[in-house]
Amino acid sequence: MTTLTQSRDIGFLKEQARLVRIEILKMLTLAGSGHTGGSLSAADIVTALYFYKMRHKPEYPKWPERDRFILSKGHAAPLLYTVLALTGYFDKSLLSTLRKTGSPLQGHPSSKMLQGVEVSTGSLGQGLSIANGIALGLRLDNSRARVYCLLGDGEIQEGQVWEAAMTAGHYAIDNLCAIVDLNELQIDGRCEDVMKITPVPAKWNAFNWHVFEIDGNNMEEVVTALDEAEKIKGKPSVILAKTVKGKGVSIFEGKVEYHGLAPTKEELEIALKELGEHGK
Amino acid sequence: MASREEKCGQDIATRDAYGAALAELGKRNSRIVVLDADLSGSTKTAKFAKAFPDRFFNMGISEQDMIGTAGGLSLTGKIPFASTFAIFETGRAWEQIRQTICYSRLNVKLVATHAGITVGEDGASHQALEDVALMRVLPNMVVIVPSDGFETRQVIDAIAEYEGPVYVRLGRAKVPAVMPPDYKFEIGKAYKFRIGSDVNIIASGIMVSAALQAKEILIKEGIDVGVINMSTIKPLDTQALLEAAKNSNLIITAEEHSIIGGLGGAVSEFLSENHPITVKRIGIKDTFGGSGKPDELLKLYGLTAEDIVKTVTEFMSK
Repeated sequence: MTTLTQSRDIGFLKEQARLVRIEILKMLTLAGSGHTGGSLSAADIVTALYFYKMRHKPEYPKWPERDRFILSKGHAAPLLYTVLALTGYFDKSLLSTLRKTGSPLQGHPSSKMLQGVEVSTGSLGQGLSIANGIALGLRLDNSRARVYCLLGDGEIQEGQVWEAAMTAGHYAIDNLCAIVDLNELQIDGRCEDVMKITPVPAKWNAFNWHVFEIDGNNMEEVVTALDEAEKIKGKPSVILAKTVKGKGVSIFEGKVEYHGLAPTKEELEIALKELGEHGK
Repeated sequence: MASREEKCGQDIATRDAYGAALAELGKRNSRIVVLDADLSGSTKTAKFAKAFPDRFFNMGISEQDMIGTAGGLSLTGKIPFASTFAIFETGRAWEQIRQTICYSRLNVKLVATHAGITVGEDGASHQALEDVALMRVLPNMVVIVPSDGFETRQVIDAIAEYEGPVYVRLGRAKVPAVMPPDYKFEIGKAYKFRIGSDVNIIASGIMVSAALQAKEILIKEGIDVGVINMSTIKPLDTQALLEAAKNSNLIITAEEHSIIGGLGGAVSEFLSENHPITVKRIGIKDTFGGSGKPDELLKLYGLTAEDIVKTVTEFMSK
């Protein structure tokens, strides 16, 4: 098992994100199905959370003082599993069981089957409400722990997201930071064509949130936004992270068909070369 | 707890008993938090809200968000009670209950009021006749339908001690007290008023009272009738059910709910596999409700003691 090393060093975090992408692609190829595009687009964000920002103890997953991460876009499970494995929640060899019968690495995260998963997700639009509830509970306990919640941009078409956005604004939940992975694509096509979500920042502003707009594939910007969000008091923060779906591998980047497709063996070869994983 | 004895015998609405029990529970247990969706005056959670404003969250008219927020609170060790009308709680937010509460087996108590047609004048849109079916089908869910105020108070105390998701179905209208002073509620344990050798009536909620009235009438007619209060619909007390079925020729189920998927469904499913016997289901016959006075509606939809009597005598005369 790995021991957790955390650092704000951008070079270190970029290297972790590269390793995360490699493991995501390997596990997806072995599984033969799963969500490639949205796992890669958010890889820098989730890497920054687990390898830098969040206070957590992989050897003590239920540590009461831990910061919480809720993967509302549950289909990015391969990303969560990889980061959990690489930070030491479980052995990396388990990644090869993704989506297999009986594996704790279900197609979408199950908290009853895998250590480190706070709550089961997969049905879109429900995570932010859960994150609010955790944040309110922590506040009642005067805990300094924070809650992070990752949503997809297609996901914010769900009405419950805006119920939750209203709740967080109303109750001024400032120990919460939502992050929206704005990769502009959803399973049926461009969000712009399927169901327009723009203007996104104005919507969150209108619901009484403090809004950050960043390049979500730029590690420096991700880390800075996470630091700044922690300083916002009296209202919840949202980081609107513009990303590229399939980021890191040219053949997947911006391609809507890789929302729910796993790489073939040949595509994996190309991807590993691009990610600098020579001859493996 | 000391007030338990004196509360027995009171004809009150189960929602009123809930409001009182919850406020008392709040004093004893600081982990209790309460959520409501803009109906706290009607669900009676307002009493808790007034006593413990820091532990009460009005979520506005947004049931789906309420369920998720309750789930999140439970993940920090709180014991959330989330309340609204039964139709909105179980219908509007069914998928949130499935995905967030039941799949992760979160310790959330869903206590809904205004179930059944005795909601009255508000009519079909506000009368949950399917809620027990919707909750019973979910893995990990416990489903409880208390019969009177005295039982409701005990149910609220019991579910706070139980770890896991629970649905409790309460009503708007005042109901007759039926449970005896020495009654002690336990999750999954039915109360046998009496086991009959001809017929046994398995009832829940307000229909326990109707079943007891029907029993008096039928016994006078020489038919040996028993009554069981099956307040926990899931898990079903199969021991009590088997005892009733083995001792009689007819099982009647009586509920203020659709005859599909509720108590009648649960009893029929179990008996057809384990002790086949005729089961007649008294309940709402696959239709919507309507506006009116509760008593008039109970007559209109065939949910009175007389309806039970008629069903039994028809069967016995065959």
